[in-house]
Formats: sequence, C-alpha cells, structure tokens
Amino acid sequence: MNLDYSPQEVAFRAEVRAFLADNLPADIAARVADGSPLSHDDTLRWQAILHARGWLASVWPREHGGTGWSVVERHIFAEESALYSAPRLPPFGLNMLGPVVIRYGTDAQKATILPRILDGSDWWCQGYSEPGAGSDLASLRTRAVRFGDDYVVNGQKTWTTYGQYANKIFCLVRTADGKPQQGISFLLVDLDTPGVEMRPIRIIDGSVEVNEVFFTDARVPVANLVGEENAGWTIAKYLLTYERTNIAGVGYATKELARLRQLARQIVRDGRPIADNPAFAARIAELECELEALRVTNLRLLANARDGAASGVDSSMLKLRGTQLRQSLQDLYRMVLGPMAGPLAGTGLAGDLGLPSDAIRAAQTYFNHRKLSIYGGSNEIQRNIVAQHLFQG
Amino acid sequence: MDFRHSEEHQLLADSLRRFLADASPMTARNTAAFAFPYHIPTLWAGLARLGIPGAFVTEAHGGFGGTPADIMVVFEEIGRNLCIEPLLGTLLGARLLERLGRGDLLEGVIAGSERLALAVNEPQVACDLDHLAATAHRVDGSWRLQGQKSAIYGAPAATLVLVVARTDDHLGVFALREPALIHSAMVDGGGTADLVLSGLRAECLAQDARPAIEEALDLGRLALCAETLGAMSHLMALTKDYLQTRKQFGQALSTFQALRHRAVDMQVDLEQVLSITISAMAEFDGPQRARHVAMAKALTGKLAARFAEEAIQLHGGIGMTWEYPGSHYAKRLVMIDHQLGDRHDHIARMIRADRQDVKAAT
Ligand SMILES: Cc1cc2nc3c(=O)[nH]c(=O)nc-3n(C[C@H](O)[C@H](O)[C@H](O)COP(=O)(O)OP(=O)(O)OC[C@H]3O[C@@H](n4cnc5c(N)ncnc54)[C@H](O)[C@@H]3O)c2cc1C
Repeated sequence: MNLDYSPQEVAFRAEVRAFLADNLPADIAARVADGSPLSHDDTLRWQAILHARGWLASVWPREHGGTGWSVVERHIFAEESALYSAPRLPPFGLNMLGPVVIRYGTDAQKATILPRILDGSDWWCQGYSEPGAGSDLASLRTRAVRFGDDYVVNGQKTWTTYGQYANKIFCLVRTADGKPQQGISFLLVDLDTPGVEMRPIRIIDGSVEVNEVFFTDARVPVANLVGEENAGWTIAKYLLTYERTNIAGVGYATKELARLRQLARQIVRDGRPIADNPAFAARIAELECELEALRVTNLRLLANARDGAASGVDSSMLKLRGTQLRQSLQDLYRMVLGPMAGPLAGTGLAGDLGLPSDAIRAAQTYFNHRKLSIYGGSNEIQRNIVAQHLFQG
Repeated sequence: MDFRHSEEHQLLADSLRRFLADASPMTARNTAAFAFPYHIPTLWAGLARLGIPGAFVTEAHGGFGGTPADIMVVFEEIGRNLCIEPLLGTLLGARLLERLGRGDLLEGVIAGSERLALAVNEPQVACDLDHLAATAHRVDGSWRLQGQKSAIYGAPAATLVLVVARTDDHLGVFALREPALIHSAMVDGGGTADLVLSGLRAECLAQDARPAIEEALDLGRLALCAETLGAMSHLMALTKDYLQTRKQFGQALSTFQALRHRAVDMQVDLEQVLSITISAMAEFDGPQRARHVAMAKALTGKLAARFAEEAIQLHGGIGMTWEYPGSHYAKRLVMIDHQLGDRHDHIARMIRADRQDVKAAT
C-alpha cells in the first residue's frame, strides 16, 4: 500500500501552490479566510484570473478551453484552493452546464455557450427543484409545449441558488406525459424572456441566496433544447455526477478545523482558553479523528475513480460524511463564542474583541450550513442510494 | 407520585397559552424580535394583567407564586409562543431583589411598570462567577462601577439594570436606571445588550450577595429549560404535521420508515428534556440544586440543538426559510444553549463540583 502521490502529481501541487501564492488577490483571500461575504465582483475577478491561466474549467477537456485534468489533479487543485482561501466559484456554468453541453450539445450550442461561461458573459443558475418536486425530482410539473419554433413554458422553479446574479437558467421541463422520467427535457432559458419572473426567498440566517422563478407563457426557442426532446432525465443524471465533484469538502474541513483550534486557544472564558475546557477539547479531538479517516476515504475513492473502478455510490458516501463533518465543525465554531454568538453579527462588544469576522458570524453561518445536508440530493436520499447498492442481489 | 399540573397551574398554563397565541402571532413577533427595543409594550401590559411577572415573586413579597413550578409553567408557554419579551431578565432581577430584601422595587415589577435585566456575564465570563472582573468602589460616598458587562438579556427594554461587580473579596449588586447600552438583536430574535461601565455611578443594593446571585442564575437556567420544552413541543407538532402532509414519491413523508424513526428520536429527546427539567425543579429548594440545574441545562442544551437540526432536516428546503415559523423555533432551540452557560460549561461545572466533593471527603 502506498499513499504517496506520483512525482508528477507532487510537481503539479507545487505548481498550483506557486500560482495561488502569486495570483490570488490578497484582499479576496482575506475575505474568504475570515468569512466575510464576497461581492459578485470578487467572484468575477478570481474567475478572470483563473481563465487567463487556463485553469478555470477544471472538469472540461482541453479542446473546449478546459484544463483536461485527471481526477487526482482536480482534487489537488481543489484542496490547495481551499487551503489558500481562494473563493469557491459557483458550479452552475462551470461544473454543471459545461459538461452537459460538451457531451450533449450541438456544435452551435458548444460554440456559443462554452466561451461565454469562461469569460463570465453568462451566469447560469439551476432550475431543477419545484415546490412539489424536491427529492422526487422526476415528479416535476413545469411544462413546455411546442408551438412552431418555440416552446411555451408554464410553471414554477424554486430554491434557485444565486438566481439574482444570473442571466440564464437551465431547466428540467415536462414535455410529455406518461412515465415521469421519460417526459422530461433539458431547456435553456434567458431570464429576461417575457413571462419569466424571479423572486427572492429569505432564508433562516436572514440572507437571500435562493429564489423562486415563475414562468407564465414564456416563449423559448426550440434551439435552446439540449439533447433530444424527452431525454432530459438522462442528461440530469449525467450532470449530477459533476455536481458531486469535490463533494467531501476535505480541504474546507481541514481549514475549518485549524481555525477552530486557533480560535479555541484565542478566546478565554471562565479563566481559561476554551481549548482547555475538557468537554470542548474532547469534541475537537473527535472531529480530528473523523477528518483523518475521511481524508483517506476520499483518496481511496479518488484512486478508484482514476482507475475507472468507481462505483456510483462513492460520491454518496463522501457527501454524507463530508457534510456531517462540516456541520459538526460549524456547531463547535459557534460554541467557541459562548454568549458572544448570541447577538447578530458585528453588534455589541464582540465586535471590539478583535475576533475574525467569521467568528462573529458563526451562528448565522452554522444555520446557513444546515443546507449542506439538504441540497444536492439530501443525505437521506444519499443513504437510499447506498442502501440500494448494498442490498442489491 | 403525580406528575400532573395542579389545577391552578393548568389554569395558568391554559390562559397564558391562549393569551399569547392571540396577542403575539408569529408575524408580529418577528417584526418586534429584530428591532429596538425588542419588546411590545401592549404585550407586556397584557402579561402583567395576567399576573405573569407577579408569578416570579413569592407571596411573602406581594407576588403570586415564585415557586420553581410556577416558573416552569410560565416559561414553557413562553417557549411555545417564542415570545421575546424581557421575561428572563425580569425573573433574574426579581429573584435577586427578593433575596436582597428590596420588596419596594418589586411592586413595580408585579404591576408591570418595571422591567429588569441582570448584568452578570462579561466578555470572558459565561458561567463561573469566580472569574468576574468588573469592580465597584466607593468614591466620595457614592459607588462607581468599572469594567465591561455583556449578554445582558432583555436590557434594551429594561427600566432597571442590576449589575454584579466585585467589592473587594465579595460580589455585590448595584442598580442602574436606564444606562447607555450597546444593544443588539439576537440571532434568534429578542434583545440583548453590552455595557461599558467606565466609572458609572450606581446605587448599591448589596455588597456581598454571591449565594443570592447563584440562586437567581439557577432559577434562570430552570426557566430556560422550561422554555426549551415549550419550543420543542411546538416544533415537534409542526414537524409531525409537515411529515404527514408533505408528499414525495407519491406518498406522505411520514410513511418513510427512516423518517418515522428520526421523528421518534425527537419525541424521546423531548421526553428526556421534560424529565430532567422536572428533576431540577423538584430539587431546586434542596441542597443539590446546583448539580441538578447543571445537569438539566447541559442535557437540555445538547438535546435541543440536535432536535432543532433534525427538525430542519426533516422539513427539507422549507425548514431553511425565514417565512416558515419552524425555522425560528429551531434557531431558538440552538441559541438557548448559549445563555447562562452552555452544555460544555455545565458539564465542567459538574466536574468541578465532583473534584470539590472528593477533596472535602479526603
Ligand atoms: C440553500 C438551498 C439551495 C438550493 N439550491 C438549488 C438550486 O440551485 N437549484 C435547484 O434546482 N434546487 C436547489 N435546492 C433544492 C434542493 O435540491 C432540495 O431542497 C432537495 O432536493 C430536497 O427537496 P425538498 O426541499 O423538496 O425536500 P423534500 O424532498 O420534501 O424532503 C423532506 C425530507 O424528507 C426526506 N425524504 C424525502 N424522500 C425520502 C425518502 N424516499 N426516504 C427517506 N427520506 C426522504 C428528505 O431527505 C428531507 O429530509 C436548494 C435547496 C437549498 C436548501
């Protein structure tokens, strides 16, 4: 057994580090490191820097402007990016729609859509979920009816992440009745189409990061269909394999654990650093064990994927444990602050104690991160997937 | 053995529940919960008419109760309604005033014209009063306070703030009328404040009052456990309802065994919180008060947070929205652990007491 990276992979990691050290803007890294909200402009700036280096589309092949990286190289890049506090770019264009267009799109679609994702001209959001179709996505009811060269779309999407920054949405729509999975198509919609309306949804921490999108007789050109009509379910499943890229979030968890330790030493309560409270210290040590195991599980499954032996359930297991671990870390991060976690971010004396801004926001971030086990296929659905595999035959 | 409420307590619980459901619906609550002064005067007046602050005070001082059972009944309803009125601070202050023999100040509390807050925590002190740093000194015949106080729950709406400060080797209690506060909304709604004392002149109520302060804080912890219980009961009902109504894959969520079992664990956690709170209530006036309150607060804090996380998870996306009342209950159930010492603080308190017992025995 050998847990070492190959010499090429080691060299690649050094190259990534050098690049991040030289090119990641210090102000953006500082904001990511201390959990301050990023502006849309921060995201655009980092995207442009990666694009200039040719390192933006890590899951696309070279011929379409991607990196052509192996799964191991992608992992190394994601891990180093997290450790250097690079912003996480929204996945919708780069990791979701891009691979779909490359696999299923027409030449014309490839030529128009892909470059505009890379240069930031288009911002995509994901229109899968509906009020009545969450875990049971195939029951979706937003309908597209063909009239000549157009589809006329009616219905509602919801939970659309960052829809407020997007100009386009890729949707699953119903184009035929019968078996639910068989009547679904994959359709691209301009958000400024008449009859499309976006409304914000305020979430538990008070912020707005999701939206609902209403379609009322919105006319969408048939040319915006990706793949065959009624073949959308296959495409949606293909996309999901990319949605779960870097799903374990080991890099983020490593970074979060280190910050938790640091803060627990820095904050003194009842006469000693929190890190010296035995009940608290035991929880940190337990999470370190979980993280170490997950780190190696992630590498083992990565090696499987590299060798073409990945089972479909690997990413489900990684999502399950990865999100549980990160939610536990957020729980402790909030608890380090004790009573100071109570006031809304930045108010009261906690603001004067020189704490990093992610510490002051710890409670809100904790509530926000409850989403990790709900979206991208809830953790119950991931367990169902693994169970099906475990008990088959 | 009889675990039922007395007839009087049942009446109090019922009338308080009806009153709050009517006078403090969720939308009004959420508007007041995040804006100064985090308090609705008409609601407070209504509570006073029902005799609520009076229920914090013993009959000896003109109140209507003041027993641990009274406190438990009231705060369970507070939790069920997610009421943000400054009742915790008023309870802490009222108990302290009573123990310090300041019945004169309690009349206004009972009548509803006086709202209290207790400034005990400091930026570096959450639970163990040995470490308090704020001081009080007599200068030219009047008392002056120095230091910082934080997490003064309900202070933005309080008419009188009681401050705990060091007087040489003791802990004294001082009164400030509407001092200049740094006020904030809490993540789960309601008001809190910090206070920089910087030489403020204050009235001295007591120069040596540590046992009374500890008792008041323990009563506040019991109240928080009862509040947790009420909020858990309500969120349990919402969750059960949602699982029975929401359909995916053509069937109600409540038909999925994986979810049924999770709901069962929530129900059992609720029973455990009820039991440990009853235990703390029953032992409150005995020699083991501190230990039982610590146990109740530690277990309640842990179970309530887990319960809240499960409730959000079982709702899916809806549980993450501001609009859905359940999300606000979940927030309260998580954040309540941060008040008056969290699960780790109270476990540490138990360990500390064990060590002292061992020392005393040898
Ligand atoms: C912050 C956030 C961002 C999101 N962003 C997007 C986005 O950009 N685009 C998009 O299309 N969607 C998005 N989603 C939607 C997300 O994918 C759904 O919330 C998710 O699929 C769950 O669906 P639901 O919310 O309808 O819950 P439901 O499906 O109603 O589930 C409720 C509960 O029941 C459980 N459950 C359901 N079925 C079963 C079963 N068979 N067995 C056991 N348990 C079951 C679930 O796990 C969950 O715990 C987002 C959601 C959130 C919270």
